Amino acid sequence: MLDTFKALAEPNRLHIVELLRAGPRPVGDMVHRLRLRQPQVSKHLRVLSDAGLVEARIDAQRRIYALRPAPLQQLDVWLEKYRQLWEQNFRRLDALLDDLQAKESKSKRKR
Amino acid sequence: MNPGAAKSTFTITTPSDREIAMARVFNAPRRLVFDALTRPELVKQWLLGPPGWSMPVCEIDLKVGGTYRYVWKRESDGTEMSSGGIFREITVPDRIVATEKFEQPWYPGESLVTSTFVEHDSKTTLTMTVLYESRETRDMVLKSGMERGVAASYDRLAELLASLDRPGATI
Repeated sequence: MLDTFKALAEPNRLHIVELLRAGPRPVGDMVHRLRLRQPQVSKHLRVLSDAGLVEARIDAQRRIYALRPAPLQQLDVWLEKYRQLWEQNFRRLDALLDDLQAKESKSKRKR
Repeated sequence: MNPGAAKSTFTITTPSDREIAMARVFNAPRRLVFDALTRPELVKQWLLGPPGWSMPVCEIDLKVGGTYRYVWKRESDGTEMSSGGIFREITVPDRIVATEKFEQPWYPGESLVTSTFVEHDSKTTLTMTVLYESRETRDMVLKSGMERGVAASYDRLAELLASLDRPGATI
């Protein structure tokens, strides 16, 4: 999962992943759309490939890249949990603070 | 947007390249909020994360140079997650500075967490600022979607994720 994060944390790589959502694309097409040089795009594709996010096949001497959804699906499950984590924690803390204050005012009245 | 609306008290900002700050207003005096963040028997009651998780270990040695350690456990399958660190600065009930490191590498390296407690009209604003080792680490954590819409790229990522077919995805 850390590899997935690292790979997606770079804006050009996230852009590549977004381009591949529409379907597999040859490297030349991505070079054109990203307005980067071919070696840079190839370097980004290598990182994405190492993270298991894309895979390449050769078609008439062109390298065609396609998205591999598995790591993203794992990330999705984890992200949703993480996003909710603090919301849920803080709602519990609200309730705890209410309890603590109620107990305090009770014990003050007893005195 | 009405800034005084009770429901919009949870904000996430990026004060610098390497930081994420989370602020939340609580309807309680700050000494109680401070207690709730520093007394193990209280921390265990709220710092839990998703449903089904508990906090079997919560050790806090609240002094400069003292350590803390949290262990969370998912009851359904026993999966554990843990974090811990060392207190660098403590000013009761104003401010705590502590290091934080997750034993599982959600993000690489150690971060520095500064928590401040500001009371106004018997409400307390808790601000937790996390300083990461590098901008890359910070950005990675931001992209993990601490709050929907904080990072523009997260919206793009979320859209991307939503568009994928998910046949019963599991971790």
